[in-house]
Amino acid sequence: MFNRRKIDEIARRERAWEEETVSAWLRRTPERSDSFRTTSGVEMKRLYTPGDVANLDYLSDLGFPGDHPFTRGLHATMYRGRLWTMRQFSGYGTAEETNRRFKYLLGEGETGLSVAFDFPTILGLDSDHPLSLGEVGVCGVAVSSIEDMDILFRDIPLDRVSTSMTINGPAAVLLAMYIALGDGQGASREALRGTTQNDMLKEFMAQKLCIWPPAPSVKLVTDIIEYCTGNLPSWNPVSISGYHIREAGSTALQELAFTLADGIAYVESALERGMKVDEFAPRLSFFFAAHNNLLEEVAKFRAARRIWARLMRDRFGAESKRSMWMRMHVQTSGCALTAHQPYNNLMRVTVQALAATLGGAQSLHTNSFDEALALPSEEAVRYALRTQQIIAHESGVAETIDPLGGSYCVEALTDEMEEGVMAYFDRIESMGGVIPAIERGFFQREIADSAYRHQREVERRERIVVGVNEHVAEERTIPRLLRVSPGVEETQRVRLMRLKGGRDGRRVEGALDAIRRCVERDENLMHPIIEAVKATATLGEICGVLTEMYGEYRELIVF
Amino acid sequence: MSMKTRVLVAKPGLDSHDRGAKVVARALRDAGMEVIYTGLRQTPEQIVEAALQEDVDVLALSILSGAHMTLLPRVMELVRENNLEDVLVLAGGIIPEEDVPALKRAGIADVFGPGTSTEDIVKYINEHARREK
Repeated sequence: MFNRRKIDEIARRERAWEEETVSAWLRRTPERSDSFRTTSGVEMKRLYTPGDVANLDYLSDLGFPGDHPFTRGLHATMYRGRLWTMRQFSGYGTAEETNRRFKYLLGEGETGLSVAFDFPTILGLDSDHPLSLGEVGVCGVAVSSIEDMDILFRDIPLDRVSTSMTINGPAAVLLAMYIALGDGQGASREALRGTTQNDMLKEFMAQKLCIWPPAPSVKLVTDIIEYCTGNLPSWNPVSISGYHIREAGSTALQELAFTLADGIAYVESALERGMKVDEFAPRLSFFFAAHNNLLEEVAKFRAARRIWARLMRDRFGAESKRSMWMRMHVQTSGCALTAHQPYNNLMRVTVQALAATLGGAQSLHTNSFDEALALPSEEAVRYALRTQQIIAHESGVAETIDPLGGSYCVEALTDEMEEGVMAYFDRIESMGGVIPAIERGFFQREIADSAYRHQREVERRERIVVGVNEHVAEERTIPRLLRVSPGVEETQRVRLMRLKGGRDGRRVEGALDAIRRCVERDENLMHPIIEAVKATATLGEICGVLTEMYGEYRELIVF
Repeated sequence: MSMKTRVLVAKPGLDSHDRGAKVVARALRDAGMEVIYTGLRQTPEQIVEAALQEDVDVLALSILSGAHMTLLPRVMELVRENNLEDVLVLAGGIIPEEDVPALKRAGIADVFGPGTSTEDIVKYINEHARREK
């Protein structure tokens, strides 16, 4: 971006500055540490200059917002046109309680719904399964049948909201329920907007909520991509997620590299099925974490868009601009929140949310300050949402596009992030791709190693966490926590009993049998699953059939 | 004669947040203990069975799903039924402080929340676990 002569002169002057000014200063006041590193282990330089971005080609590496490679942003006017979607993930207890929370959030100005399901639902178990004991409605809402889904969205017109569902293994079943509900409301399928997370590969790597082995899991992911491409044009069939990889302990670089590797695997799977890249790629979406190291995080988001755009155009031959787009949802970090001095988390969330917006996210969830202690209380959720609103309307960062673009430091970090991702791609490909690498425990070990390293650094005070290993004061302000009412399990059990007693058993059996036959023929499972949920087959019954056909996944234990 | 302390790190509940369990397992191993990790989603029955089979001195339970008040007392019931009362049972994860007294009454020796240093856990085990068998 500068001419060579200028760069040389700047380099010469920089050396002189180091030798004279800096050395003299260091003799009197040494620096706080011998080296400063990002979470990814990148050495932060004392000062970045034009020399660090000398090889950057503005037009091909940065370009303009809305144009390849989208480093500076996806849209031509970014937040000047429309702010990011403020989407708070929520759900607990019965469908009735979550329905009330949804209406409350919509009333407070939230613009999209995001459903958290409880663990039994996530694992394809009904509320009355023995393993569900003590877990029903605790970490999310319990949905065992279309009846629960109906209550969950009562009085919410599905053609007027966008709904994100954090569901993976049983994604096909929950999406089928949503479609059936929309059909019942008279909403057109074109009007259904939202996202199913539906990213099984990161489950095997990090989140570990797996039901079936990798191959049938990826088949189901691809079924949903294929079904949505033909039938739900406004639905994001998959949200390729780095968030869980990061929460499990990875660095920012690993989060990005592994997520993009998963994205490549899904694209390849859809292509193998005979789909055309420009048909399905525009609806692929991504989900990342935002942590405390603001500059590294901004670099990660910018690099993410650039790498994806290049992959889609150069490797997969995409022609449509939308296929090259990386739309991203961002959530602030759960694992960076501390149980010590919990109000400090308000400030952490602010920094992280700022990173997401400076990084050009399309939607954002801000965590609540009490989440290291329990599920968030209503008050804490309100502060979390207000944090986004203050950034949006008061900080000024939404008023120009990519305000950190051109920062010598951020551009250098963006380049280093891209180089690091490419190096990981080579390693993954040399193992034969993502699934073989999962089977060898590669990602699992990489993540466990980083988590352990982080813990050691905190314990040795090489990384300072305020309130935990520095500025530790006994603080006895325990915020008021949310408790899930204990009656949820009973309510669910009774409802399921009534449902199973009052339905047409032959119709249910027939619908489940159609799923079996579909598995045998290796056809798209969405159609028979939609029929099955309409016949009031439960989540557990449908997933049970799939387990019978595909077998159960056994976790590879790496620590 | 001193033998290596044997620890079973177990994850009851359906949640899959195993970062903490694995970090603790590794720290205990690095501190010279023999560590067995059960993997995810173990029922109280499976956990106590494993503790019995592996003849452990310490049972470290990690749970973040919120089902601790259902599952941990059940583990303790089975611990007593199997005469494993001399096994030191610890819990960690997301467990609100107001639940701790009830868990201690049920027989959990101590609860280690987020932010605990692994060195403190090592020290606690060295001071409290049985040594001779």
